[in-house]
Amino acid sequence: MASNEISAILRDQTDRLLAEHVTRAVLAAADGGAWPEALWAMVEEAGLPRAMIAEEKGGAGLAPAEALSLLRRAGYHALPLPLGETMLANGLWVASGGEPIAGPATLAPTMAGAAVEITAAGGKTALHGRLTGVPWGERATLLVLARDANGNDHLALLPPPAIPPAQKRNLAGEPRPDLLLDGAIAAAIRPAPPLAKSGMLALGAALRAQQMVGAMEHALDHALTYANERQQFGRPIGRFQAVQHMLAEAAGQFAAATAAADGVLAAFAEGDILIAAAMAKARIGEAAGKVAEITHQVHGAMGFTQEHTLHFLTRRLWSWRDEFGNEAEWQRLIGRRVLAAGGAALWPMLAGV
Amino acid sequence: MQAFRFDAIDLPPEAIAARARVRAFLAEEQKRRDFVAYRNSWNSFDPDFTRRAGAAGFIGVTWPGEYGGAAQSPLVRFVITAEMLAAGAPCGAHWIADRQSGPQILRNGSERARREILPRIVAGECYFAIGMSEPNSGSDLAAVRTSAVRNGDEWVINGQKIWTSNAHRAHYLIALTRTGEAGPDRHGGLTQFIVDLARPGVTVRPIRNLAGGHEFNEVFFDDYRVPDDRRVGGVGEGWRMVTSELAFERSGPDRFLSDYRLLVELIERLRDAPDPRHEIVIGRLVAHLAALLRMSTAVAGLLDRGENPAVEAALVKDVGTAFEREIPELARLLVPSQPSFDAEDPFSQALAQVMLHAPSFTLRGGTREILRGMIARGLGLR
Repeated sequence: MASNEISAILRDQTDRLLAEHVTRAVLAAADGGAWPEALWAMVEEAGLPRAMIAEEKGGAGLAPAEALSLLRRAGYHALPLPLGETMLANGLWVASGGEPIAGPATLAPTMAGAAVEITAAGGKTALHGRLTGVPWGERATLLVLARDANGNDHLALLPPPAIPPAQKRNLAGEPRPDLLLDGAIAAAIRPAPPLAKSGMLALGAALRAQQMVGAMEHALDHALTYANERQQFGRPIGRFQAVQHMLAEAAGQFAAATAAADGVLAAFAEGDILIAAAMAKARIGEAAGKVAEITHQVHGAMGFTQEHTLHFLTRRLWSWRDEFGNEAEWQRLIGRRVLAAGGAALWPMLAGV
Repeated sequence: MQAFRFDAIDLPPEAIAARARVRAFLAEEQKRRDFVAYRNSWNSFDPDFTRRAGAAGFIGVTWPGEYGGAAQSPLVRFVITAEMLAAGAPCGAHWIADRQSGPQILRNGSERARREILPRIVAGECYFAIGMSEPNSGSDLAAVRTSAVRNGDEWVINGQKIWTSNAHRAHYLIALTRTGEAGPDRHGGLTQFIVDLARPGVTVRPIRNLAGGHEFNEVFFDDYRVPDDRRVGGVGEGWRMVTSELAFERSGPDRFLSDYRLLVELIERLRDAPDPRHEIVIGRLVAHLAALLRMSTAVAGLLDRGENPAVEAALVKDVGTAFEREIPELARLLVPSQPSFDAEDPFSQALAQVMLHAPSFTLRGGTREILRGMIARGLGLR
């Protein structure tokens, strides 16, 4: 079977699985800080964390772009698990020659300027760095992109912390602890594979980009349904032009965001995803803010309650747009390159030739 | 949610080849220094340029060979037009004919009209205007009142069109006329005709725009007689035809590249000593542009497959023109400069040009409000 067929089948399976099992109760429990073990077991059983691993190593053998596209469905259902992080960690680690990682995994660095350094310590490899907001960092195996004294990049694997770090969660209640690597000894280390060449921040941005597009789609679905059902002044509020125009604007933001998310997936085929990831995270982060604003406005006070499910999506949108670089950080990276190259170079860059 | 069809498109080899050809052509044009890119927009009218573009094979490329075209994919045309606009080439003379009038005649015109008109458009020698709007029929296009009455092998047209860009220098316009009852859906009874602007019975009067320019006009029909074989499509089919034409009109690169040259000049002004704020604003605009380019390419792909992506086209135009209108507002705050046509620097001239034309971006080809209504319908809200 062609890999795009496999990925289409996997996408449908993923969607059905998550639609059934990521219930309101599961989301509410995860919100309260509980690790959804049964849900993780189900996702693992479906083979999703290993999507990017070659078939002979027990994975689904999807290309990174195909595997990441599944995360739109995870975003749609607000899946409260480090699925994308684990997929990418497995993809990177196996690409560098390692064995598949057992259990949930996560990625670092998560912020610009948070470099991790490698030193040798009595035949072992020690890591130094301050990591902020590591997704599920309290329980996941950590894959760090780190640099040695000679300037070479490596992937280092660290077991989950023995002493639980101070609790820190994002706006959606997802664990995002800070981790201090003060000479932590790596369980294993390998040269960084080509997939890591654009950096961990770009990979994380590509991941959050897909999740945000999925979450936006679901928030819009909610808003469209509500606008057609909720009656005021004797008719559905969706009949009012003011409401229609807000939702049309949100649809435009969503369409542009989808195009940007497609752009970074396409860039994986070319090798360097840095600029495409920057464009995607910048454009989608902006759209996410607007779509969250509009979908809440349409829902009125009902959407502001804990009882309604809209916030499971919008709190994630507000969190994810700030993770792995916010809009301004990525815009600045693009702007710096464009300004250095000059006005005449912009069109060839956009056209790809 | 009703999925929009913005599927990623891989450009076919002929589109990639066309890009190289059009760039070589534009490089030659720039050497001639005939056009000043930063003072142009796609509606800059230059018959000499259009003739050379026609001779080089860049007009009517999607049409069959028997009418002078090259039977190429809409994606080839997409690449050609995007390159032209990005270079600031003055495409105004052939733009309407190439974008919508020619395709309309090809699909719905008589064989005689096709043979007489299409090869001249391809050669860059024949220009069109759009005869849709009327004084009481702007956004409400179905309210058209200009009448066409059958008289043997002819039709007699009476009434008035307005906002008719280039009617004073185009050879033809396609007039949307009332030939029957509107019916309960208000969309019936409309028929299109090719009007030869050089023939008696039609009078063109200029309307100056706020920039002092003369682009649009009033057009009056006074017993204007048109042969039946200048009818475009069936009697009463006008509504369906104009709405399908709008997908071509609304999704192209002209809906987000109108002031691309201002962006280029802004980059040139900032590049020597950029500060973080400059970098952030430029990066944001470029990220927007990249997404729009993908959306617009995807719609060209849908047109290539013979689909009618009306809602997707409306989305491209709504998002694209909002982007166009942001550029001057951001640019003026990053570069303290008083926009003026008399300034010596390209940036100030480009800013003057865009500032005075920006209001039209979100009006022409369907206002933002009409587009949002169409999108809302596509979303199932109407």
